[in-house]
Amino acid sequence: MAHRRLPAAVSWASLAILAAPLLVVACSGDPYPQSTLHPTSDTGTSIDVLYRQIFWWAVVVFVVVQSLLIYTLIRYRNRPGAAEPKPIHGNTLVEITWTLAPAVIIVFIAVPTIQTIFKVAGDPPPGAVQVEVIGHQWWWEYRYPELGVVTANELHLPQGRPVALAITSADVIHSFWAPKLSGKRDAQPGRQTRLVFTPDSVGTYLGQCAEFCGESHANMRLRVIVEPAAEFDAWAARQAGPPVPTDSTQALIVAGEEAYKRIRQPGNHSCIACHTMAGVSGGVLGPNLSHVGSRTTIASGILANDSAGLARWLKNAPGEKPGSLMPKIALTDDEVAALVAYLRGKQ
Amino acid sequence: MATTAVPHAPAAPAAPRGLWSWITTTDHKRIGVLYGVSAFIFFLIGGLEALVMRLQLGAPGASVVSAEFYNQLFTMHGTTMVFLAIMPLSAAFFNFIIPLQIGARDVAFPRLNAFSYWVFLLGALFMNASFLVGPLFGADALSVAPNGGWFGYANLTSPQYSPGPNIDFWVLGLQILGVASLAAGFNFITTIINMRAPGMSLMRMPVFTWMSFVTQFLIITAFPVITIGLVFLMFDRLFGTTFYNVAAGGDVLLWQHLFWLFGHPEVYILILPAMGIVSEVLPTFSRKPLFGYAVVVYSGVLIGIVGWGVWAHHMFSTGLGPIADSVFSASTMLIAVPTGVKIFNWIATMWGGRLEFRTPMLFAIGFISMFIIGGLSGVMHSSPPADLQQTDTYFVVAHFHYVLFGGALLGLFAGIYYWWPKVFGRTLREGPGKWHFWLMLLGMNLTFFPMHFSGLLGMPRRIYTYGADLGLDTFNLISTIGALLTGVGLLVFMYNVWASRSQPAAGKNPWNAATLEWAIASPPPVYNFAVLPTVSSRLPLWTEGGATPIPDTPPEPVHVPGGSYWPLVTALGIVIMAIGALMHRALVPSLLTGIAGAAVVVVGIYRWAFEPFEV
Amino acid sequence: MSHAATAHHTSTGLDNRKIAFWTFIGSECLLFGSLIATYLVYEGRSVAGPTTHEILNIPLTTISTFDLLMSSLAMVLALAAVHRGDKVWARVWLATTAGLGTIFLGFQVYEFQHFVHEGLGFTTNLFGSTFFTLTGFHGAHVLVGVLWLTTLLVRSFQGKLGPDKALNVEIAGLYWHFVDVVWIVIFTVVYLIQTTPLPTA
Repeated sequence: MAHRRLPAAVSWASLAILAAPLLVVACSGDPYPQSTLHPTSDTGTSIDVLYRQIFWWAVVVFVVVQSLLIYTLIRYRNRPGAAEPKPIHGNTLVEITWTLAPAVIIVFIAVPTIQTIFKVAGDPPPGAVQVEVIGHQWWWEYRYPELGVVTANELHLPQGRPVALAITSADVIHSFWAPKLSGKRDAQPGRQTRLVFTPDSVGTYLGQCAEFCGESHANMRLRVIVEPAAEFDAWAARQAGPPVPTDSTQALIVAGEEAYKRIRQPGNHSCIACHTMAGVSGGVLGPNLSHVGSRTTIASGILANDSAGLARWLKNAPGEKPGSLMPKIALTDDEVAALVAYLRGKQ
Repeated sequence: MATTAVPHAPAAPAAPRGLWSWITTTDHKRIGVLYGVSAFIFFLIGGLEALVMRLQLGAPGASVVSAEFYNQLFTMHGTTMVFLAIMPLSAAFFNFIIPLQIGARDVAFPRLNAFSYWVFLLGALFMNASFLVGPLFGADALSVAPNGGWFGYANLTSPQYSPGPNIDFWVLGLQILGVASLAAGFNFITTIINMRAPGMSLMRMPVFTWMSFVTQFLIITAFPVITIGLVFLMFDRLFGTTFYNVAAGGDVLLWQHLFWLFGHPEVYILILPAMGIVSEVLPTFSRKPLFGYAVVVYSGVLIGIVGWGVWAHHMFSTGLGPIADSVFSASTMLIAVPTGVKIFNWIATMWGGRLEFRTPMLFAIGFISMFIIGGLSGVMHSSPPADLQQTDTYFVVAHFHYVLFGGALLGLFAGIYYWWPKVFGRTLREGPGKWHFWLMLLGMNLTFFPMHFSGLLGMPRRIYTYGADLGLDTFNLISTIGALLTGVGLLVFMYNVWASRSQPAAGKNPWNAATLEWAIASPPPVYNFAVLPTVSSRLPLWTEGGATPIPDTPPEPVHVPGGSYWPLVTALGIVIMAIGALMHRALVPSLLTGIAGAAVVVVGIYRWAFEPFEV
Repeated sequence: MSHAATAHHTSTGLDNRKIAFWTFIGSECLLFGSLIATYLVYEGRSVAGPTTHEILNIPLTTISTFDLLMSSLAMVLALAAVHRGDKVWARVWLATTAGLGTIFLGFQVYEFQHFVHEGLGFTTNLFGSTFFTLTGFHGAHVLVGVLWLTTLLVRSFQGKLGPDKALNVEIAGLYWHFVDVVWIVIFTVVYLIQTTPLPTA
């Protein structure tokens, strides 16, 4: 259908005009991983299509009105010999015209807006993947109740299946925003909000908290990993299962498990007080660590989940994430190395 | 024409010169100057906060300031610009210009007017003192300024998640400022309704007075709502009530509704006076009357009324539901219509005119152009699905800076250049004026236009840094350079003020304008009009016989009310009460201070009520 | 300096103070409106602690409401007396108004301390927070009114409340009647129309 092709043509044209840099680097990987302009889900696309319609109406109005202004400034500037202006006080017909014309344009914006509102707010179809998204200061918790999965930082989703996110907060108001997949939705304590969409492309999509939530609001990143359905099922099965058993032949990992369980003074600091490691500890203040080794990032996306990143986080969490609820714990370098080995083993 | 009998009472002699005369002044012209100077100083402070923010954001992962200090900066920048810069700058014009435009000798309640100013100044100092007094609370300096955003969302502001005094400063400071605005609202509404010169019907009033009139109604209806929201927050923090306590069944969205019920009318409070100024400047420098005066006036009234019905468009991401989303989307789109109508009427005013591009006119034209851009991004926000991508990103930051900086501030600068000769007796110089305009216009666009991109490309608001992997570096760098350029433009303005001291005397009507304030000397005598004119036209100075002649000196002595220090004393009492509340962690000193403050307020009010004072 | 005229021109024929006060009352409507709206939004949402049915005493509050209504009548009579220069009755009715207002405050104090005794404090639950804030704001307004009326009474005894000062009394009356009307709304919304679900047997 003709109108289906138009948005695509419109989108390429506006890309070219909007952002030359986009064109230049578009070929060399994803230069804008959090862009709202390259949606990869049905909801994201609905929003984008609507936005571009409004954008072009705005361009038309902009060009017309600014041109009128500039023309007026040039044509009627004071020049020697210019005539005394006629004292015109108004013109009813003109007033009616320029009241009705914008009103008509508004209608052209309002109708698709309301259609899209209801389309995007609809109930999730049966068979949608149900995920509870819980915002914390300053990390994201994800629970898949039907699959028995509890994880953090990374939201895994199967490609092509509808997703229903039930979003809430454990403390203050946050906002879940993965721009390529959907608009944002606030995470409020005591209430549950919802986002429904179907991701259409495999990939890793970045996002971050979009409601000011305290000192490290800027550090509350998130990533959504959309994978083929079979890989998602395998991932979910692993996550729902028990943690990889501690290899008793590896001295470093055994030392790491001991370090994990140790209670330190001053402050009674211990991993077990705040984290859940299935079979070992049941703390609920921090992320579930049962499969922490399987994640690509830690600390809600600000550090890579490798030896260096883990070590930096363990040594000084508040230094990496100002205000972090995980305190700075007095760890020796040996303990850090052991913990890193232990945690990386929990795939 | 009706009269009411006023009993005689001897007036306290007015001290015309010296610091004491300024402290006790009840003259609307002096109060206007006080507001203007104070507002400008706070504008510089807010601008400095913005510059430091922009330096921090100029590159990803920068450490110019800590996260914790950045959060104070952006909170104070927003709060300062809205409440301590734009609003009082508008108030400076309300004070100086409205009585002159309607042909009155002063406002209805001169001492209440002084009270408003002192409460504003003390409230502003109270809030900014938070930057310095950290050690008094056992914290570092520069660590207890408000840090919850200018919008202070619950429950981040609760005692549980903000245990320090930062939010206390914010809650108490805003309530103090609210008192100032409310008092001024009652004053100006009464003045405009009841003190117009004979023959000046409402539909003969200048548009600036009309837009200010609508603004005052918005103030007196919107401020009580945020007062209650703040009272709830204050009670939660001071006494442990449960208004925003989720565990007790409270709803964090209650705060958002109360705040935005105030907050949206507030943005019209910020823009309408500037729209009024533009409506005065354009006709003067087009040598042509305003096109569609009645339509422009009614549009302003309509914007004020419909502005009460759009508040939840700030809450599209909170999950209001599709019906509420649709209703607020429709009302928000609706309000674009009267706004657009004004823009067309302004352009039509210039059409067929003979345009003089003096500095006030440049700023007025800049307003129109920038407001078009800000208005169009506003229309984009009015669509909830699109807004779900735009809200809480730098796209919104771009939108409101186009309407507030490109709009309100440029409009206010138009007013500054336009009415400067009336206030100070000399015009500002044209050369530096033009430099100021172009530097500021260029700087402003360099700063805020890239934010449309950084927002749509994924940069949320209120973040002290951003990832280097997001592709936002260049846009942020350009914004930072733009901010510095804007600062340079502001320095040129300050130079202009200094360099214009030696300009020749401007005379009564240097711009050959049409409204009453230009019929009297520059600066006006303390009694404004030697004889109150009778007016028979909307453009009295452009119409033959539009106003009866006003002699240079009064034919018989004019009574001028004296000064009074009770407004300042009462204002001090209010701030002392606030300081008592601030000390709430130490119960007895807190109670004693609060009671002392209340006593000062009561004594101040009684002495004020019973001192001999005659308008 | 002498006066150009003893009369001031006004655009409406009304005194500035009367116009300003009506504006103030308009603003106060938004103030109490926000408090009442919050009360309604939170009604029935308390998670624990006493709620309306268990604790509100309608017969007692009916008496205090009647008391406040009668005080408005006294206020009207006071203004009439000032208008006709009747010093004695002006003082009687001003004192009566202030006295009835004080009695109302007495009822409020009794009710508040009784509620606290029954386990409903300011911070107990949402009902406590919203109820005490709403009625507390109203009570504070009554207190200000009583002080205002007392001041007028003192002025009368000083011989400074003649018919030429009737506007002062009229504006105090405007305030007093407004505070009374707000109470009628509160009484209706909080006491009479209780929407909290009744506890099931």
